[in-house]
Amino acid sequence: MKFLRMRPGHGEQLIAEGDVEVSEDEERLVEMFRRQLDQGMWAAVPTITETGRRQAEMVRAFEDIPRDTDRVIFFPRAAGGAR
Amino acid sequence: MTVALCATAIVVLALLWEISMPWMDRRLDARRARKEARRRGEPGAYDPGRERRAEQRARELLRSCVNEEEWAMYRDLGFLRVWGGQASGPAATHPQRDLGGVPYAYLVYPHKPIVAYLPQTGQLLNEYCVEFPDETRPYGSARLPDSDDVLAKWMALQGDERRLISEANLHLPGRQVDPRQVQRDLWRLGQWERARLTRAQRHDGAAQSARRGVAGSPDA
Repeated sequence: MKFLRMRPGHGEQLIAEGDVEVSEDEERLVEMFRRQLDQGMWAAVPTITETGRRQAEMVRAFEDIPRDTDRVIFFPRAAGGAR
Repeated sequence: MTVALCATAIVVLALLWEISMPWMDRRLDARRARKEARRRGEPGAYDPGRERRAEQRARELLRSCVNEEEWAMYRDLGFLRVWGGQASGPAATHPQRDLGGVPYAYLVYPHKPIVAYLPQTGQLLNEYCVEFPDETRPYGSARLPDSDDVLAKWMALQGDERRLISEANLHLPGRQVDPRQVQRDLWRLGQWERARLTRAQRHDGAAQSARRGVAGSPDA
């Protein structure tokens, strides 16, 4: 599983990678997931439905991430734009 | 004659030297300042090459996440259409206004408000002003590359439409995005979809003809 983070002036950046079946990796991923959310990031998982349609799921906890997903994308949380 | 020419050349060179010295001093000072900033680990000035590379990476990520049709739409038209999923319609300007299950959609532009509209009539509903500012500002700016901004909106609309819309500032159409521009974009989108459908039908027809040809051939 890869954790990618969108960054200004950079595009996406690989911030963590590991196998969720390996406990050490999983701990590291959990820690990184929490850190990103604490920094005000939103997390999304790109998914594919049974009909082959691509969608995305927003996840708020590490346990919500499907175990078989290959990447989680972090991006800054939304804020209201120009008033 | 030669002496006069040499004297003129010397005078011209001296004048050029006088003119260019301040300019060269400024360049050297700026170069020293950039070098010092780099040494301290501070972000450099705006670099168009870096921004271009970032946008290229963002486009690849967007392409890997959205559907093939959506990618082609963004590539060809510069925006995405995302279908709305709330039965009562998007958050309306008037709370009593309920679309009662009528299909609605959003136009997602890079770094512009999301525009909600009714595809059946082309009526514009609302503008949702929303940004994804990264306050860590790794290169001095909080702004994501264009395609990352579009992907963030797409994922948020797909994954939690209500949450995104609740974070956005709601405005009537025309506040930031020119309604005539949106109407033109909707017309372009209609044309684009028709052309795509025609191509797909032609492709299907050719494939069927080829299959019939193979089935009807004496060798078959």
